[in-house]
Amino acid sequence: MENNAFYVALSLLLNLDTSLFQIVVLSLQVSLLAVVIAAMLGFPLGAAVALWRFPGRGGVIVVLNALMGLPPVVAGLMVYLLLSRAGPLGEWGLLFTPGAMIIAQVVLVLPILAALSRQKVEELLGEYREQFMSLGMSRGRMMPTLLWDARFALLTILLAGFGRASAEVGAVMMVGGNIDGVTRVMTTAIVLETGKGNLPLALGLGIVLLTLVMLINAGAYLVGELTRRRTG
Amino acid sequence: MNRMLNLVLAGITSFGLAFSAHAEDYITLASTTSTENSGLFDAILPKFEDATGIEVRVVAVGTGQAFEIARRGDADSLLVHDTAGEQRFVENGFASERADVMYNDFVLIGPADDPANIREAESAAEAFAAIAEAEAPFTSRGDDSGTNRAELRLWKSAGVEPDGDWYRELGSGMGPTLNTAAAMDAYVMSDRATWVAFGNPQNLTLLFEGDEVLFNQYGSLLLSEEKHPHLKHELARQWHNWLISKEGQQAIADFKVDGQQLFFPNAK
Amino acid sequence: MTSLNAPLLASSSLLSPPALCFENVAFNHEDKVLLGPCSFTLEGTGPTLVMGPNGAGKSLLLRLAHGLILPTQGRVAWSSEGTPRQAMVFQQPVLLRRSAVANLIHALAVNNIPRRQRSKLAFDALERFGLSACAHTPARVLSGGQQQRLALARAWVLSPQVLFLDEPTSALDPAAIKAVEAAVREFHQRGTRIVMTTHDIHQARRLAGDVLFLSSGKVREHTLAEAFFDAPVSRQAQAFITGELVE
Repeated sequence: MENNAFYVALSLLLNLDTSLFQIVVLSLQVSLLAVVIAAMLGFPLGAAVALWRFPGRGGVIVVLNALMGLPPVVAGLMVYLLLSRAGPLGEWGLLFTPGAMIIAQVVLVLPILAALSRQKVEELLGEYREQFMSLGMSRGRMMPTLLWDARFALLTILLAGFGRASAEVGAVMMVGGNIDGVTRVMTTAIVLETGKGNLPLALGLGIVLLTLVMLINAGAYLVGELTRRRTG
Repeated sequence: MNRMLNLVLAGITSFGLAFSAHAEDYITLASTTSTENSGLFDAILPKFEDATGIEVRVVAVGTGQAFEIARRGDADSLLVHDTAGEQRFVENGFASERADVMYNDFVLIGPADDPANIREAESAAEAFAAIAEAEAPFTSRGDDSGTNRAELRLWKSAGVEPDGDWYRELGSGMGPTLNTAAAMDAYVMSDRATWVAFGNPQNLTLLFEGDEVLFNQYGSLLLSEEKHPHLKHELARQWHNWLISKEGQQAIADFKVDGQQLFFPNAK
Repeated sequence: MTSLNAPLLASSSLLSPPALCFENVAFNHEDKVLLGPCSFTLEGTGPTLVMGPNGAGKSLLLRLAHGLILPTQGRVAWSSEGTPRQAMVFQQPVLLRRSAVANLIHALAVNNIPRRQRSKLAFDALERFGLSACAHTPARVLSGGQQQRLALARAWVLSPQVLFLDEPTSALDPAAIKAVEAAVREFHQRGTRIVMTTHDIHQARRLAGDVLFLSSGKVREHTLAEAFFDAPVSRQAQAFITGELVE
């Protein structure tokens, strides 16, 4: 019975183990904050690329699309070299802190949010363009209107970003260091327990992570559906 | 836009600060997965913190990466097991001081039916030669860790160039390598601590141990104040001194898994 | 520009709205002439109905007049100082994915109407166009007729001096058509210059002050409505009115 991953997951949840609780809270804090920051930067960026024509725009779109597949360890390595004491931002002293993990996840999530929102906003702009011009709107004024009207698609995009952030391990392992009680999150804890050969515990943690991600997705879905029904 | 960026940056920094604020007195220790995975740190770090109020944050990686982290000035202290590499690190001026702390030993693990018959071997070299002779599957860390470096030295002393289908370089930590060996019924060299604490042995069992060449010396290094003046050298020295003090050595000796002592303090 | 805060002042006067002048305007696409070159002036009170068979260039003319696209040659000029306030209602109303009232408030916001006035102006317009009951309904779930009325209400709150309508009733049932035509008359009475395309000759008879008749990208006739319907001059217009197939 003790070797059953579901049993382990259940007892982890029911016992509200404090170190597990800490890990879960940190995982959520890091990934949610990373997604919020990435959204504040990525959605306007995506909308801007959709709205403005400038030389090299095609290149920007290709790069954004390609970066959606950026391997987490590469993002981790880049952020590591950036934040390392020997690196350009070493002064900040952020390496091996949750701040570094947030930065790494922003790097991972931002291209997803920017590339997908660019696509959606451009689609919407095609539909709205003449009406916007008729209303005499500048491109800058179109941006908030388009982002708001794309809100349901953006919510889904946001969830995709959160999925990537909460599921990745390579980047947070490298820049966070998996320090017990400081930078240990669900995924790095799973790697650690797998390394120890505690496979049921590792899988149990995996189930806890999956449950959390599902709860967040279900919550977002419900909020989306309710507002959709009210505002169309 | 600019204001938003500032807000974001402020957010990140305050978040980072919030997490470091609760213990201003801490050092970052770069160390190896074998010490972390065995549970040694869980046992001794609270004692050190009780004695000094200093929290030790362990980044557990392979020995090669641990050296690299220390070289770049990203850790305050270093505890690894590659004596030759450690001495070079001091000679090259990256560390100012090195001290023996403890040793554990490597053991040879393999499938219980032991197709290369290394149970009967007289020495480690003989055991390695027998595995090569039988071309029995062998999984190697292949990650330039201390364990990996020691394993390569042992092949050399056995006069074998490990090569061929039977020799699998994984590029993984100790734990994942043991998991793979268990799945493949392969031979593997592990540090004793990780092996004893390992929870997924399946058909694997300990087949060879005790040769002195298998001893695995751990050293603590104090990093160069000249190269990295920003590091917490004062706190790191307290940690270093505690490790080789009577209390520290006793704490290491007291750490047991299943009643078995895993690390043997030997500070001079 | 007159203040948007005083639409009633504008509606009480039936002064002629600004005249629209096409000066040798043409629009080409890849060497193919789609419209013009043509020159005409829309003055008087209208409403001006732009008529002609499908593909004659009616929508193109409207978009050039409204400034949505720029002519390949010639220029579009107004008799007023600067460009007058204008709005356009499309064949398929383009409504934002929000409530009916939010659509109006958005239009007011982008036209820099002070925040505290927006709500009242929006609800007044909804009432005028019979949409009070669905103020908070998502615009996208309204019926086709309601959507077109909402598009008209959106134009209304902007108090345009000129209103363009591009086949606004072609997808609607008779009751909805009637409501749209009533709305067009209200705009007209407020002193707004109406420029509207239609291929429905009966609708043109009901609404037109003057008629601009196009075929194959050329302006064939521009006369008062009675003259156009009673005694069309061009061969194409004669054929169009008698219901023949015109190219």
